[in-house]
Amino acid sequence: MKAVFVRDLRLAFRAGGGFGLALAFFLIVVILVPFGVGPETAVLRRIAPGILWVAALLACLLSLDRIFALDFEDGSLPLLATAPVPLEGVVLAKAAAHWVVTGVPLACAAPALAFLLNMEGGAYLTLVMSLAIGTPALSMIGAFGAALTVGIKRGGLLLSLLVLPLYVPVLIFGASAVRRAADGLSVATPLLILGAITLVVVAVMPLAAAAVLRINLR
Amino acid sequence: MPDLGIYAFAVLASYAVTLVLLAGLIGLSLRQWRVVKAVLEKVEQDGQD
Amino acid sequence: MSIWEYANPKKFTATVTPIIPWAFGIGLGLLVVGLIWGFFFTPAENRQGESVKIIYLHVPSAFLAINAWVMMLVASLIWVIRRHHVSALAAKAAAPVGMVMTVIALATGALWGQATWGTWWVWDPRLTSFLILFLFYLGYLALWEAIPDPDTAADLTAIMCIVGSVFAFLSRYAAIYWAQGLHQDASLSLDAEENVSDVFWQPLVLCLVAFGVLFVALVLLRTRTEIAKRRTLALQARQRRAEVRV
Repeated sequence: MKAVFVRDLRLAFRAGGGFGLALAFFLIVVILVPFGVGPETAVLRRIAPGILWVAALLACLLSLDRIFALDFEDGSLPLLATAPVPLEGVVLAKAAAHWVVTGVPLACAAPALAFLLNMEGGAYLTLVMSLAIGTPALSMIGAFGAALTVGIKRGGLLLSLLVLPLYVPVLIFGASAVRRAADGLSVATPLLILGAITLVVVAVMPLAAAAVLRINLR
Repeated sequence: MPDLGIYAFAVLASYAVTLVLLAGLIGLSLRQWRVVKAVLEKVEQDGQD
Repeated sequence: MSIWEYANPKKFTATVTPIIPWAFGIGLGLLVVGLIWGFFFTPAENRQGESVKIIYLHVPSAFLAINAWVMMLVASLIWVIRRHHVSALAAKAAAPVGMVMTVIALATGALWGQATWGTWWVWDPRLTSFLILFLFYLGYLALWEAIPDPDTAADLTAIMCIVGSVFAFLSRYAAIYWAQGLHQDASLSLDAEENVSDVFWQPLVLCLVAFGVLFVALVLLRTRTEIAKRRTLALQARQRRAEVRV
């Protein structure tokens, strides 16, 4: 499991591995928004929490199909499936690697972009916290979606169609935590619920994803 | 015909949309069945030759 | 009689074929009676005026939009646990019907909203949940279309349906939380069943039953189509093998 995790990280950091791509995408989406809605600071400040969360979610989506597709193509996925490690563990390790490569940088970069949108000063900590709590769930749900579509040629679009509706609860609680922080309200409830969702997803989704992978490898 | 007043558009449009969609769904399902049945019968006959 | 007898596609088709025309006849008949009763012979409601007539379409379609998904969930579970082939196909057959019901519910709801609230759409938990439900139907059908092997497709869509159900449920409650956080006056949403008096209730029940029977008829018909499709594919594959051997 650890070996899979380290291997995936190495592959991602190698040239062309896609590390930084999600970050660049995040940056571009956030920069594009003011062009769309206009440069008024007050408007941007109001919508900043939502924009940042939606952009982070889309950036997360971008690299999902790499989780299993490459290993499926070169045949190492069946090998992993027959390895002594349970497939659930492999899925968890791969999702964790995806999170380290996308979720962590996104959470770290978010305050800088919040600056661009003039987000309310009190919300920065909550923004980082909510992204740090929520993105593991995004990676894990995404790994399930990637497992579903692994056998499908050009499944990227289908993957986003399947995964995005599953992201709704995470987005709602994550973004609402930041919004509440910007309004100066207590953020405990949404953050706690977000944490609960992440824990349940990380605990249960590997089972579903591994079941789906076994079907696809049959 | 009851007098629908200001709601005439909403009510009539709702009925129209629903009936068109339902009719479309039923029609499409029936047509699919006919097409599939015809193909199946043909394949079954080919198999017997 | 048990559902396992009908795991045999031939038996299922033989049993269902005489039922289908009856089901369509009864469903359409009830629908005509219910709608005419509702449209011509019920009074205007105090608050909503004549716009209340939309209830005979909106409530049954919304009811079925949700229950079609529940039926798909049950059928998927039966398929995953006990490999009931017809069950998997029934889930596939129900999805387009459920999607059309969702669209009807959304469309009539928008028209109703325009008439009484003065807006086509509000981001109210109920409305939003239906939009999300529509997305789930879309993804489910797209997944079926994308996978060529029928058994793999049945397995994957079944798991998708089960996981999706959990998230759809979660989304519903998340949406309630979310809309409360956004605007406190969620009183816009009129709860249909709670304030329906008998005059409207009786034709409404008739329409509910009519929609239900029509749903059953459509699912049976579409399942039969799917079975025939599978059999065609199997026969074609067999013939190709025979040709190769000759």
